[in-house]
Amino acid sequence: MDRKEFLTLKRQAAPTQVARTERRTSTGLNTYTGAFGRKEAMHLLRRTLFGTKVQDMKDFSGKTMAAAVDALLTTSTAVPNEPINYYGKTTADPNVAYGSSWINAPLDFNFNFQRTMSLKAWWWERAARQPSTIMEKMVLFWHNLIPIGALDQPDARMSHAYLKTVRQNAMGNFKSLVKALSIDPAMLVYLNGRYNTKTAPDENYARELMELFTLGKGADSKYTEDDVKAAARVLTGWGINILTTPPSATFTLSKHDITNKQFSAFFNNTVITGRNNANAGTDELDDLLNMIFAQTEVAKFICRKLYKYFVYYDITPDVETNVIAPLADHFRNNNYDIKSLLDKLFKSEHFFDQLNMGCVIKDPTSHLAGFCRQFELDYPTDAESLYNILIYGRAFGQAIMQDLLDPPNVAGWPAWYQSPQYLRSWISSDSLPKRNQFTDLMLFVGIKRGGNTFLADTFKVTKQFSNPSNADSLVADALEFLIPMEVSTTQIAALRNILLPGGIPAYNWSDEWTQANDPGHANYATALASAKFKLQILYKSIMNLAEYQLS
Amino acid sequence: MKRRLFLKAAAAGSMVPVTLNGMSLRAYAHSPLMQLLGRRTGSNDNVLVLIQLNGGNDGLNTVIPLDQYSNLSKARSNVLIPDTKVLSLGGITGTGLHPAMTGLQGLYNDSLLNIVQDVGYPNPNFSHFRSTDIWMSGSESNENWTTGWMGRYLDAQFPGFPTGYPKTGAPDPPAIQIGAMVSLAMMGPAVSMGMAISDPSNFYNLVNGTTDPVPNSPAGRELAFLRVMANQTNEYATVIKNAASKANNISTKYPTGNSLADQLKIVARLVKGGLKTQVYMVSIGGFDTHSQQVDNSDHSIGAHATLLKNVSDAITAFQDDLKLMGIQDKVAGMTFSEFGRRIMSNGSVGTDHGAAAPLMVFGTGVQRGIIGANPTIPGTVTVNDNVPMQYDFRQVYASALQDWFGLSKAEVKAAMGGKDFNTLPIFKANPAGIEDFADLVSRLHLYDVYPNPAHGEANFRFFTDGGNVELCLFDALGNQIRTLASGKHSRGEHQVSCNLNGLRPGNYFYQLSQGNRKTTRVLVVN
Repeated sequence: MDRKEFLTLKRQAAPTQVARTERRTSTGLNTYTGAFGRKEAMHLLRRTLFGTKVQDMKDFSGKTMAAAVDALLTTSTAVPNEPINYYGKTTADPNVAYGSSWINAPLDFNFNFQRTMSLKAWWWERAARQPSTIMEKMVLFWHNLIPIGALDQPDARMSHAYLKTVRQNAMGNFKSLVKALSIDPAMLVYLNGRYNTKTAPDENYARELMELFTLGKGADSKYTEDDVKAAARVLTGWGINILTTPPSATFTLSKHDITNKQFSAFFNNTVITGRNNANAGTDELDDLLNMIFAQTEVAKFICRKLYKYFVYYDITPDVETNVIAPLADHFRNNNYDIKSLLDKLFKSEHFFDQLNMGCVIKDPTSHLAGFCRQFELDYPTDAESLYNILIYGRAFGQAIMQDLLDPPNVAGWPAWYQSPQYLRSWISSDSLPKRNQFTDLMLFVGIKRGGNTFLADTFKVTKQFSNPSNADSLVADALEFLIPMEVSTTQIAALRNILLPGGIPAYNWSDEWTQANDPGHANYATALASAKFKLQILYKSIMNLAEYQLS
Repeated sequence: MKRRLFLKAAAAGSMVPVTLNGMSLRAYAHSPLMQLLGRRTGSNDNVLVLIQLNGGNDGLNTVIPLDQYSNLSKARSNVLIPDTKVLSLGGITGTGLHPAMTGLQGLYNDSLLNIVQDVGYPNPNFSHFRSTDIWMSGSESNENWTTGWMGRYLDAQFPGFPTGYPKTGAPDPPAIQIGAMVSLAMMGPAVSMGMAISDPSNFYNLVNGTTDPVPNSPAGRELAFLRVMANQTNEYATVIKNAASKANNISTKYPTGNSLADQLKIVARLVKGGLKTQVYMVSIGGFDTHSQQVDNSDHSIGAHATLLKNVSDAITAFQDDLKLMGIQDKVAGMTFSEFGRRIMSNGSVGTDHGAAAPLMVFGTGVQRGIIGANPTIPGTVTVNDNVPMQYDFRQVYASALQDWFGLSKAEVKAAMGGKDFNTLPIFKANPAGIEDFADLVSRLHLYDVYPNPAHGEANFRFFTDGGNVELCLFDALGNQIRTLASGKHSRGEHQVSCNLNGLRPGNYFYQLSQGNRKTTRVLVVN
């Protein structure tokens, strides 16, 4: 059994799906023209960000729907920093100074594992500290669709380069992304492309290219086993050179199958002409992708994937007809431009349909990094402390089934492909209590590393609400901030009772809040401590609600 | 007399005929000697139910100091309980219960109730929140503690919680709060030791809980799934459900429409059902009676009377249930509130935030009686006058930990945040009553201050049989403003004078304490 299978087997089976009786919507891709208030803004933000800040809630509910979507889709591929040597205080890395980045340093097997952890931590940080754009959610989307395993890589720099390629293409052209990743060094390792030669063809990448990355296994995806074999021959000759910085893809003509490749009727009996020159590898790859991307199934496949990721996992016939089909047409007509596709989806009446709100079970990164972003945690600046905290966060993600950069297998995480449970597979007898433990931990105790405590400051967040001295207003804002659906007056009363226990008059909270915000007040310290504790309990109570797991 | 000597004497059958608050000391001495001698260190499996009265209960209208009735009627005529309606307690004449608390009167007469007078803490805080936090954490008035007194106790019993729990030998949750949330009292050093159940705001609605209905939408579909998983996956769900399903309430005395009774019903079922959880917390709100706390035409009824009736009826039914279930000997309960209320009533037929107030402990394990003297009500009361503290609430906590849970003095000290508090003879198994027996049979007397009212200087006089004595002066709010005498004093009368310059005119209290005994009188500064 290899590692990937082992990890897959470890997952606990999700309960069987209940019979479906709930209402669904038949709305489509017409531009949404309804109200765009805080509720709609929060829906959009919850789905496109890892954690929404209070300031996001304020900023975006002040925009028009179109302006809000435009802002979220205006992304940058630049990153504020690169992953660094956080481990150097313990063991010196001769090639990388403590606190400096290792991405251009020579390979050193003694430190490759730490560098890989550094990269994973760094990515986790990108999610938790993202600007208010969709970029990070898209990086994860593409990583889940076309993944590598970082622990399989001989050199962490290859995982870094892979992630950089994903990021650079995340909001660009889908076909360009697939081309880049087809000959990405990390991918050539992960799916054995480097061993695919004319004398011993390896079908691994060719099969996943069709089955998992572009065409899928839908009813209308009728490629054949021979198509997989032919594609594998197209892709022969590629290898990696680990001596360059970073390691690079190589093409060796002598290992390349220079004969013509015949495809099935599904591909209109296309023949890809075998080349016998230095550009044979890329030219034939272009031919292969042109052939594949000529199929309407590609756009449909990606649109279904995106729909499951951003809207809901259950694609009804209505959704297929009213959303997937026209969205796929739009995607194809716009030459597989990702941003244009997202623009169409997020501005649609279907996306803002009430029936599509609150139905996404958060993935672990949304739950964990999302919490850290929502509560605007202060990060230490010392490299070791910072990365130890980030590593804790990403390890927690691994503990609740999402180890970024090492998905269970090449199909990504089951939550985004495994029918019928889909997103429910994030929730198990093990993961659900741990999800609660994390939010409890971050609210009350924090993560302590190197003298720093990484702890939510509930006070800081609450201060940004519209009228936090008013208990009713505070509870309403907190619910809107944290829960994607309405809750009953009974629940609201129970939460209000945390701020005003036993039905004491509202001024008690107002007074305490006022004093807690006035450092000159005689009761400042005690009022602050008391108010903070109540807020901790309030947020804990909300976050322990089942509703909090939804987005 | 040393404890050892007393035990010897008691064993020889030479009982000493003295009484404390009308209660024969035989009762202490009668407590099974074998139990005392064989008392082990470490926790037993007794259960303590904490009943929080949210809002600040009016102690003076709950346990009424009949010997102060004349002054009381001057101070709070518009909320005064008619003395003819006050419920009498056993053979005691000077102290009685609010007319609505017939159930608790019955418990007292059946030797199931102990009342501790004037429980509070030094330098009282009049904020609901702050004072609640002090009670929950067991801190001083000027300290902010982030752990609770029960949380610290339970943390020692469940090291490393929650990692590795539940486990063999510790299958059940350390503490359960019936309600919206787990309070500060349950906070351990790292995590809360308690879990909240049966409340719509909580994830784990395990017992008699209600939840919002799921909407008819995809979100509702996922929510229903999550709730099922939440209930299935809570580590303690099974044991709690099993315990609840194994036992039904038997008593027919439970009132309806009484939220406290509903909560206590759950506690009774869980204890009877075999849950080893030692600490339960329940609560009832509405005690912040700033206005209309009594009916204008009949002060014995009204909002506060209804609250006290709910408390009394709920506890009485609970105690009856425990008896019928055969588990009465392992459960004790204790009421508490963040503060009492002002001596003087306000113009809205209510009372404002105050300081010390009585606290009640019930169960077969408690010693019937009233600990402490009635509060002294000054002849002229101003709006700021408060009932001064006679006993520190942490003495009650320490008593429960030591005499009900069986902890050693060192363990109690740790749970109390490293501070020593003298225990009180609340529980039958209280060795403190015996260890301090010498104090009880000795004389301690506080004479009236001279002159009174005083201006400039006052002379205090007291008598002690010898030992460590403390004489302190408190302002009307309960703040200790002078220590007049402190330390070892020989047997005999002692006198101390005090410069009153700088003290604002008004009522002050001076309190003499030796061991567990305290006596308080009023000084008027003019």
